[in-house]
Amino acid sequence: MTNNSPQERLYNGLIKENPTFVLTLGMCPTLAVTTSAINGLGMGLSTMVVLALSNVFISALRKIIPDRVRIPAFIVIIASFVTMLQLILQGYIPALNAALGIYIPLIVVNCIILGRAEAYAFKNPVIPSLFDGIGMGLGFSFALTCIGAVRELLGAGQIFGAQVLSLSWYTPVSIFIMAPGAFFVLACMTALQNKIKINGEKKGKDMSKIQSGCGHDCLNCSDTQGCKFYDTTVKAETKTEEVSSNENN
Amino acid sequence: MSDMMKVSSNPHIIDKVTTSSIMAAVMIALLPAAGFGVYNFGLNALVLIVVTVASAVLTEYIYEKLMKMPITIKDCSAAVTGLLLAMNLPASAPWWVGVIGSVFAIVVVKMLFGGLGQNFMNPALGARCFLLLSFTSIMTNFDVADVYSGATPLAIVKEGGTYNVLDMVIGRTAGTIGETSMIAIVIGACFLILIDVITLRIPGTYIVTFVIFICLFGGHGVDPTYISEQLAGGGLMLGAFFMATDYVTSPVTKKGQYVFGVCLGLLTGIFRVFGPSAEGVSYAIIISNLLVPLIERVTLPKAFGKGGEKA
Repeated sequence: MTNNSPQERLYNGLIKENPTFVLTLGMCPTLAVTTSAINGLGMGLSTMVVLALSNVFISALRKIIPDRVRIPAFIVIIASFVTMLQLILQGYIPALNAALGIYIPLIVVNCIILGRAEAYAFKNPVIPSLFDGIGMGLGFSFALTCIGAVRELLGAGQIFGAQVLSLSWYTPVSIFIMAPGAFFVLACMTALQNKIKINGEKKGKDMSKIQSGCGHDCLNCSDTQGCKFYDTTVKAETKTEEVSSNENN
Repeated sequence: MSDMMKVSSNPHIIDKVTTSSIMAAVMIALLPAAGFGVYNFGLNALVLIVVTVASAVLTEYIYEKLMKMPITIKDCSAAVTGLLLAMNLPASAPWWVGVIGSVFAIVVVKMLFGGLGQNFMNPALGARCFLLLSFTSIMTNFDVADVYSGATPLAIVKEGGTYNVLDMVIGRTAGTIGETSMIAIVIGACFLILIDVITLRIPGTYIVTFVIFICLFGGHGVDPTYISEQLAGGGLMLGAFFMATDYVTSPVTKKGQYVFGVCLGLLTGIFRVFGPSAEGVSYAIIISNLLVPLIERVTLPKAFGKGGEKA
C-alpha cells in the first residue's frame, strides 16, 4: 500500500488511526449517542458524510484559503454540510434525527472533522483527502456501532432492535444505556485493543502498523529520538492538538 | 545485639494491628446488624449475605490468580466489602444481584485501580450505586413476603406521613438488610470505637452537620420526631459508622476528617430534602470519597520548621 493511496487511507482510518479507539477524538458523540447500535451507526455515517465532503472542499480550496483565517473557513464549510445533512435527515429519516437530537448540529464542532481538515485535507490533494474522510468516517462508524451494540445488548437485551436475550430470564442491566455505561464499554474496548496489540508484539509480530495513541503531541513528547513523525510535522501537529482540545466539547 | 542494630526503612513503630485484624474487627462489629437483618427479614437475607460475601472473596481470588498477583483474600478486606454490600441490598433481591454487585465492587472499583489501599471510592457503595442504577425496580423493592410491604420509613416521612420512632430505632421496618436497626449498628460502632479502629470524628461531624442542615432546611424546624425519623429511618447510621470511616477512602488528616464529615452531612441533607429520592447516603458518601484527595491537599499539616512568617 503506497502512502496516500485510497486503500492506505481507508486502512489508516479504520484500524491504524481509528479515531475513537486509537486517537480518542470525538468523545462527546461517542459517549452520548451510542445507546443502541442503530444510533451509533447513524451517527457514524452522518459524520462520515460530512467528513468526506468537507475534506474534499477544504482540500480543493486549500490554496485559496489564507492561512490566518483557515479555522473560520473550515467551520463555515463544515457547518454548511452539517446544515444540509440535518435538513436531509429531517426530511427523510425523521426517526434517526429525533434519536440523535442536538448531536447532529454538534457535528460541526466534532474534533475529528476539524482535526482531519487541519492535519490532512489542508495539506493534501483532493482524492486522498476524500478517502481519508471516508476511512476516518468508517472507523468512527465501526467504533460507534460496536459500542452501541454492546450497550444495547447488555442494557436492553437487543441488537439493532431485535430481542436477542429473552426477557424471561435476562434482566437488562439498564446502567449500560445510561451515561456511565458508555464509559465502561469504551474503556473495555480500548483496553481490548491495547491487549491485542501487546499480545501481537509479544509473539514477535510487527505491530507498528497499529499505533498506540501517541496523540502526536511532539512538543511534550520525551521519546522523539527516531520517531518518524517528529522532525517534519512537529509544528503542524502541535497546531492540531490545540484545535482538538479547543473544540473537544 | 543483632536486634539492637536492626537497620530498616520506616515505619519503625511496630504494632500488632494488621489489615486483617482491623477487617476482622469490622466484620465482628457488623454482626449485630447482619444478625438482626436475618432475624427481621428471614432466610433470604442470610442467603444473600452468604452469597455476596463468598462471591466477593472468590472474585478477588480469581482476579489475582488471572493477573498473577499475590493472593490477598486473607486480609479479609474482600469479605468486608461483600458484607457491607449485602447490608445495602433489600432482602427481596435475587442472589445474582449480590454476585453482580460483588464482581463490580471488587473488579471495577477495587482491583482495576490497584487493589486494597488504591481504590478511590468505597467498593461496596460504588457497587450499590451501580446496582441501584442497573436494577432500579429490584433495588427499591422492599416487600418481603409476610413481613413487610411498601415503602421504607424514610419514603413515608418524605410523603408527609409519620412512622413509629421506636420501631425505627429497633429496626422493625422495611429497608435494606443491614440498615434498619439503629441499635444493632450503634452497638457495632461502639465496639469499633472502643478498640480504636474508628474514631468519632467523621461520623460525629457527619451526623451533627446533617441534623443542623435538616433543622434549617427540612421544613419542620427543630422537631425531635422529624429529626429522629431522619436519623434512624434510613442508611445514615450504617453509612456514617461503617462506610464513611473506611480508611482508604477517607482523609488521613484530622482536620480533613472534620471537613469530610461536613461534606457528607451537607450532601446527605441536600439529597434527602431537595432530591427526588428519600435516601441520599450512598451518593453523598461516594461523592465525598472523590473529594478526599482535594481535602487532604488543603489540610496537609506543615512540616516542622516550614512555613511561618516570612523573614
